[in-house]
Amino acid sequence: MLDKALKGGKKYWTLVIVLAAMSGVGVLTYLQQLKYGLGITGMSRDVSWGFYISQFTFLVGVAASAVMLVIPYYLHHFKKFSKMVILGEFLAVAAVTMCMLFIFVDMGQPMRIMNVFLYPTPNSILFWDATVLSGYLLLNITIGWATLHAEKKGTAPASWVKPLIYLSIPWAVSIHTVTAFLYAGLPGRHFWLTAIMAARFLASAFSGGPALLILLALIVRKNTQFDPGKEPIQALAKIVTYAMIANVFFILLEVFTAFYSNIPGHMHAFDYLFAGIDGHDKLVPLMWTSVICAVLSLVLLIPYKFRENEKLLVIACITVFISLWIDKGFGLVIGGFVPNHFGTVTEYWPTLPESLITLGIWSIGFLVLTILYKVAISVREELGTAKSDH
Amino acid sequence: MKIDRRKFLKLAGCTGIGLGLSATDMFKGTVEASSGHSAVSTAAVRHAMVIDVRKLQTAEDYQRIVDACNKIHNIPTLIPEKGNPKHEVKWIWNDTYGHSFPDQQNYYHPEAFKQKLFPLLCNHCDHPPCVRVCPTKATFKRPDGIVQQDMHRCIGCRFCMAACPYGSRSFNFVDPRPFIKDKNPEYPTRTMGVVEKCTFCSERLEKGEQPACAEASNGALVFGNLNDPESEVRKILKSNFSLQRKPELGTMPSVFYVIGGGEYAG
Repeated sequence: MLDKALKGGKKYWTLVIVLAAMSGVGVLTYLQQLKYGLGITGMSRDVSWGFYISQFTFLVGVAASAVMLVIPYYLHHFKKFSKMVILGEFLAVAAVTMCMLFIFVDMGQPMRIMNVFLYPTPNSILFWDATVLSGYLLLNITIGWATLHAEKKGTAPASWVKPLIYLSIPWAVSIHTVTAFLYAGLPGRHFWLTAIMAARFLASAFSGGPALLILLALIVRKNTQFDPGKEPIQALAKIVTYAMIANVFFILLEVFTAFYSNIPGHMHAFDYLFAGIDGHDKLVPLMWTSVICAVLSLVLLIPYKFRENEKLLVIACITVFISLWIDKGFGLVIGGFVPNHFGTVTEYWPTLPESLITLGIWSIGFLVLTILYKVAISVREELGTAKSDH
Repeated sequence: MKIDRRKFLKLAGCTGIGLGLSATDMFKGTVEASSGHSAVSTAAVRHAMVIDVRKLQTAEDYQRIVDACNKIHNIPTLIPEKGNPKHEVKWIWNDTYGHSFPDQQNYYHPEAFKQKLFPLLCNHCDHPPCVRVCPTKATFKRPDGIVQQDMHRCIGCRFCMAACPYGSRSFNFVDPRPFIKDKNPEYPTRTMGVVEKCTFCSERLEKGEQPACAEASNGALVFGNLNDPESEVRKILKSNFSLQRKPELGTMPSVFYVIGGGEYAG
């Protein structure tokens, strides 16, 4: 089926070339980092994780969100998702690919990365994260490919696919739970040491991921014969709405505990992120942008009249995505390191090379996504089943 | 076989129980790595250090200790001036009481005490969070309590730096070699991309020597066996009030601070 990715129109090739070029810039910049060291980034002794690990954290959520299509479709026989499921699974593949690349570029000694499997260490959450992420990638690529192949042949998927699909459901929850545990079990990092971290991660994943998926589906609909139908998009919009409400609720719970208890360690990260400490306030505008986007998105999502208007839904999904990307793809990781263990502030801001490498990995991810979506859509265009009846 | 929702949930439940059982194995690993969560080490030897800050008075007293460590261990001390200060590598350094014990301050400490410096280093915790999180066992706890770092196995993920609540770990953000003042050929230099920290001078202990900082301290830093009731460290701890950094985190540090009392008043 991969041959479908080799035949495409002008738009498709332009996109592929642009993404490949951006990936290339990322790879070249990474070679610089390999030579000079992680000193090329904005990270420091005090803020020892930065953009790479926060992007990884955010994208694990995007990957896990495929389950929001798989559960209704396979467990509740919500047939309207039949056209959409594959988009979710392939998005998961692209997202996990990016996750792994972000971990890889964050390593000080990347050529030793196999040590994680050569010296398996079950008490390290990172060992489990590497394991569940690899498993999730394999599951989704296998399931997506096998179901699409069956669809092309006009047969039902092989009998071994179903158990894998069921397995992928708890597995999706596990990747994000384990990722939350990377943070939630560290003594002395008050901002991260919270029992609802995994729940927060899942809520943000199940709103941010499907919001991205809606946007992708609409882009695909505009440019190909593919049409997922109006109802599946609306069903996804409902998922985004409730997950986003839960996400905002969980964040407010954190704010309450920090400020009502009045424990300095619990308040400091919020102080730094939303007000700045002693004039150190690089993240303040970003964090307030996240808050405004979150509020705006809820205003557009909760009243069904707004949500059902596809133009407003697009704005809602964009604001959800921006809000969560800032919150999880930036603030969450940096906030855990500031102030440091001595009560002083070292700020972090990504450098140009670091940003180029980050952009490069996003481009690789979207290149993978473009190719996989192209294959899926071409198969259906040939079968004449690209349009939904819903 | 047709699986409906009920069957699936049953199956998922069973899988959950299975995973739970295997998780108990997972914590056995932790117990071995960090000797359990509530128990104190009962090994024959548990290396520890008592720092009597009353005996550290002049700037030279403090500097001598840090210099001894830096010189012996090829610490790239030129990074702050010639490189990026944010990439600093340090095994032992000095900081104020407020920064060293941020959760144990009060407004009415004597001014002289607030200015007082404290030598800070790896606490060689009995329950080290850095060891718990390391994905490759590159950092591990020895039976004698020393938390060691294998710089040839370290992948540079810096999870240990996120986990250490004392800021005791440094990462080689750049090649450290050009930033070493006078190379000591007796001790290895490090490569970029790995984490390093104080080792209680394990290489000197093997030769029957004291850690370099203790030796240079004129008796202010006393090194010894915490599990021997007759050791000097135990005697000092028995007869003086002492502090550990962030004891509330359950890490059980092996470094103790004797702070004294009256001499700060006035």
